[in-house]
Amino acid sequence: MTQTHDIVGRGNRDGAALFQSWFTELNQTAESGGQAAYVFVMGSMAELLRVFDLPIVMPEINSLQTAVRRVAHEYLNQAEDYGYSPDICGYVKADVALQLNRGKHPMGQIPKPSLAVLTNACNTYIKWAEIWERMYDIPIFTLDIPGTRASGAQTWPGHPDFENDRRYVLVQIKELITVCENLTGKKFDIDRLREALQHANVMSRGWRRVLELNQSTPSVFNALTDGTIYLGVSNGFRGTPAGAKYFEDLVEEMEYKAAHGIGTMTDEKYRLLFVGVPCYPIFRRFNELFSEWGGTFVNSTYLWFAAGGVNQGYEYDLDRPLESFAEGVLIYVRNAMDSMFYQEQALAHMIDPFQVDGVVYHPIKSCRTVSTGLADNRRALMAKRDIASLFIESDMMDRRVVSEAQLKNRADAFFEGLASRRLAAR
Amino acid sequence: MTEPIFHEWQNRSLDDAIYECRELFEDTAFPTVQRWRDRGGKIVGHFQVNFPEEIVHAAGLLPFKVRGAPIEAVQADSRFGSYLCSILKTSLELALSNTVPLEMFVTHPICDAARNLAAVWGRNVSYPCQILYLPQNPNSPHSVIYLRGEYDRLKRSVEEISGAPITDEALRNSIAVFNENRALMRELYEIKKNTPWLVSADEAYVLVALAGLIPREEHNELLRSLLLRIRARGFRTQDKVRVVFEGGFCEQPPLDLIRAIARSCYVVDDDLLIGLRWLLQDVPLDGDPLTNLADAYLEKSSYSPVQHDLRKPKEKMLLARMRHARADAAIIMAAKMCEPGLEEQVAYTRALDEAGIPYFVGEFEESMTSFDSMEIQLETFVENILFS
Repeated sequence: MTQTHDIVGRGNRDGAALFQSWFTELNQTAESGGQAAYVFVMGSMAELLRVFDLPIVMPEINSLQTAVRRVAHEYLNQAEDYGYSPDICGYVKADVALQLNRGKHPMGQIPKPSLAVLTNACNTYIKWAEIWERMYDIPIFTLDIPGTRASGAQTWPGHPDFENDRRYVLVQIKELITVCENLTGKKFDIDRLREALQHANVMSRGWRRVLELNQSTPSVFNALTDGTIYLGVSNGFRGTPAGAKYFEDLVEEMEYKAAHGIGTMTDEKYRLLFVGVPCYPIFRRFNELFSEWGGTFVNSTYLWFAAGGVNQGYEYDLDRPLESFAEGVLIYVRNAMDSMFYQEQALAHMIDPFQVDGVVYHPIKSCRTVSTGLADNRRALMAKRDIASLFIESDMMDRRVVSEAQLKNRADAFFEGLASRRLAAR
Repeated sequence: MTEPIFHEWQNRSLDDAIYECRELFEDTAFPTVQRWRDRGGKIVGHFQVNFPEEIVHAAGLLPFKVRGAPIEAVQADSRFGSYLCSILKTSLELALSNTVPLEMFVTHPICDAARNLAAVWGRNVSYPCQILYLPQNPNSPHSVIYLRGEYDRLKRSVEEISGAPITDEALRNSIAVFNENRALMRELYEIKKNTPWLVSADEAYVLVALAGLIPREEHNELLRSLLLRIRARGFRTQDKVRVVFEGGFCEQPPLDLIRAIARSCYVVDDDLLIGLRWLLQDVPLDGDPLTNLADAYLEKSSYSPVQHDLRKPKEKMLLARMRHARADAAIIMAAKMCEPGLEEQVAYTRALDEAGIPYFVGEFEESMTSFDSMEIQLETFVENILFS
């Protein structure tokens, strides 16, 4: 019989251990001078790169870790001294400094890139990879994935416009395979791809289920804090047996918690949605601004787009691995983009099943992809639903634009408003 | 021929004609838009940088270049966050204030901010808004086929607005009009390069910019007439430094800033409104028009920080542009909060350092009105070059 103390909190414990093992492997790769592929969370192509045994480096995660570990300012300063503006993405600048310091990172040494694979899900990915191209003269592969053309205008398999996009993605994947073969000297093995896709299917299914289980009362995890741990595993271990097992275990844990009414550490009074990117320079404290009032985040758009859109739940057809991979990449990266540009409809539909009391918008200076439309999104959501919302700006990397006192004042006022709403509703 | 929507320049001296062009360019009420509409014309607005205007033109609609304006974003400001470039806000303001009424708006994934525009506009206006996904992997041989499909999708959207099919013949006619327009703009840039004392940077800029405001047939007629007369100007060369201006591919610097630069420099080439000059050669008239347009976009085109192409490392393209224009120095600008422009500044300045080419770095905003400090710095920069 499952014991509560064994299962509750297992996702966080195992996630932290896996995360550490990932960086240990990267450190070993750096020390041995082995090959590594630099990829991004939206469209990492991890499933394919596993086939070539290429260790995966995610510079976005490297960068955010410098903020969580409170050393980001050192990296940002160095990149700004090099010439980069204070007004560009902090992730990029932290990575520039990391490269200038030969991979030195608080979690170990990061290997140099042998290959960079990026999608257009974020335009900064493209500019970022151009920096590596100049620094290292390595192959840069831009996998161009067309997104949704207009609100509600997604097309699906069989539609001529979808097929035009799908063919484009499939051809590019085949071109990427050739690049990987040339780089590694290994022949593409479709059975190994099939295995990686199978593991990814388990993860996608698990991710979707975990998010769904947070409809429970009390909520079974905090989307801002716990969710970020799950996200790290989802990205770093996509397409691996370890990643698949982790998500099977995580589903088991969350189902157990839901069945036994076990919530997060917060005494849950208010259920919130988080829209934007976390405030990593004061990550723990930022969450406390809400948890101190009994607020917990039951879902977040970050868990959609920063997971590469796999919350959409697409599962690969293993009988036609390559074609299905192209189709899946197109669908879930598009979903990631929709989670940033068109999220108001999804948010509106979540309010009732997740019993949401309020929505917290957190646009940041560093990321225009996520932040540009948030104010307008908020207006649109307010027009659709009578729901309280909070709009606070800071950054994911740069503590110079994080004002904790101001954030706290705004959060306090938000909760006072929530309390008044609740009283009025009685 | 129908009455032109911009006629003020006609039957005027060259200086007066250019004055009228400047007046039109600086008029933030965009009067030619209303004149076009008064005739029952429909308009498709397309955001910076490049757009296949031929498709809209072939449907009999006016392609209007959405490039912001030096206005206050009274309504639009509340739709956006704090750390954004100005052009996003003022462009939406033109729509929300109904200064520029449109039948359709198209943006492109040129940057992280602009790719949000289809969603933001779509939530605030009643007409269709969409993204045209221009390829970001032009190095894939399939990208021409993909882009041909994307242009076909756009064509179908435009047909819904116009209410009539766009024939291949109409497309070829439009391509011919635009080919002539591009040839005339190339001619203008040859004058800038070879005899820059005949046309100042601000004059040339205004002449190009009008392409986004009036029908191309009218623009062709305007350029045909004025270029002849510009060539005949009796101006003499002055002591000015030959510079390339880089950083005007999206948000536009104020005209007064360009004028300030022109007081001490010959701007012998630039990337101002590069989207209007994106295609470097004529688009073939035979064969499939959409394929020809797609091929030209990918294979016969300029460069900018917002198009990734492994064949076009931007700093090398800048150095080539400078060599071709026989420039002595570069002015490397970026719009405030423009991430691609600011990122590219680093690559540009490092390449210029390596090549030993002097450069001037700065930032601008479309609504800035004070240039004294920048002009003094620029004059010092120029004097250092002239007297070194």
